[in-house]
Amino acid sequence: MTGGQGIILDAAAVPRLKPHVRLQFNAARSQWVVQAPERVLMPDDIAISVLQRCDGKATIASIAAGLAREYEAPAETIESDVIEMLQDLAEKGIIDDARA
Amino acid sequence: MPALDPRPALDPPMAILAELTHRCPLQCPYCSNPRELERVAGELDTESWRRVLDEAAALGVLQVHFSGGEPLVRRDLETLVGHAARAGLYTNLITSAVLLDQQRLDGLVAAGLDHVQISFQDVDDAEGDRVAGYRNAQRLKREAASRVQVAGLPLTVNAVVHRQNLARLGAMIDAAVELGARRLEVAHVQYYGWALANCAALLPTRAQLDAATATVEAARETLRGRLVIDYVVPDYHAALPKACMSGWGRRFMNLTPTGTALPCHAAETLPGFDFPSVHTMSLGEVWRDSDAFNRFRGTDWMLEPCRSCERREIDWGGCRCQAFALTGNAAATDPVCHLAVERGRLEEAITATQEAPPPFVYRRMGGQKDPQETAQPAPLGAAD
Repeated sequence: MTGGQGIILDAAAVPRLKPHVRLQFNAARSQWVVQAPERVLMPDDIAISVLQRCDGKATIASIAAGLAREYEAPAETIESDVIEMLQDLAEKGIIDDARA
Repeated sequence: MPALDPRPALDPPMAILAELTHRCPLQCPYCSNPRELERVAGELDTESWRRVLDEAAALGVLQVHFSGGEPLVRRDLETLVGHAARAGLYTNLITSAVLLDQQRLDGLVAAGLDHVQISFQDVDDAEGDRVAGYRNAQRLKREAASRVQVAGLPLTVNAVVHRQNLARLGAMIDAAVELGARRLEVAHVQYYGWALANCAALLPTRAQLDAATATVEAARETLRGRLVIDYVVPDYHAALPKACMSGWGRRFMNLTPTGTALPCHAAETLPGFDFPSVHTMSLGEVWRDSDAFNRFRGTDWMLEPCRSCERREIDWGGCRCQAFALTGNAAATDPVCHLAVERGRLEEAITATQEAPPPFVYRRMGGQKDPQETAQPAPLGAAD
């Protein structure tokens, strides 16, 4: 067994959907879904906005700054919320850090 | 006239389990296929499966799990995976992997396969081969898992556990990490069909179960962020029933090799049903309108103690097949529940775990063999 920790995300992390995870609009359901191995997530509107920005290029800091402008909300609050949400998704095997 | 339909809105199924065939080179004594296996002559043809996959996508189904039997026995698997992928479905191959050579894998990758799940019977080669009734099964599975990783497809290892291999659970978890799995399902055998016939050979003791649960919880901490471990407990040892299939007709549809649509893969064990066929109904009609899918949907069908139970929309009354198998009444409370009158049936099976395990009844075409024939281990390497 190999040692070491799973990824820990911070503001400089560059989140992306793992290979074979898809954010997909399902027309029959009129709904965005995250398709992953033997798992489907139904993200809420905020989560959809975040996941659409997880392109493997933008940092969490820049994603949060963009959302703060769009929703006219404090950037620090948004940033910590985004980190918390993406950390949870990383532990579920949905996203990883493009820097790693 | 949907606007006048008095029924509550019904979400489409999330996923379809497409059992392409019951043919399989392995003979695992806990196979989830029915005791009466379908033969090749009755299997749906390629064109029918294409139509069914189109109907599934149009209905709002998100994932299709290609299973069996062994789906790689079908030479049109690559065609069907490609068709499903083009329809926008997320495609999963559930396989024993002994037939997953490089050529087949390349074809599946080209077709757009999203994910592979490989079952392992053990971490010990001799024991794994004995349970599968197939020589070199373990080696072939490891080689296939390695190919899947090299191909860049995400891999789930399904480790099926029971009283005869739980001592090696820690090593099985280590092996899943070494194989490059992203997910591990530690799946205790569930006791229907073949597994129910082998219950005394497979059901773990309470002490074994507790040790296994502790092993899984420790590994989840150690491997957090690297390996997701799903854990399916044997409900005989539970006090509350599982939400079987997340509720009857709520999220899943199972299609048998002949195109019969079932609310769960064991539903054909229930009497008094005329299960719908994709030959005569569309998947949408099956889901919305068929008697079979509506019979135990929701909570209206429930008897006491389920009917007034505050958990009725949590566990949906548990498992209908288990209720019927152990009580003779498919609408009874799942006997796993501590409130069920029939809970004693499970206690008998649990008490029997103190005895030495009897020989396996191996899964073979033609249904149950004479018990005399099962006294000896099956010949290794026998196909079908």
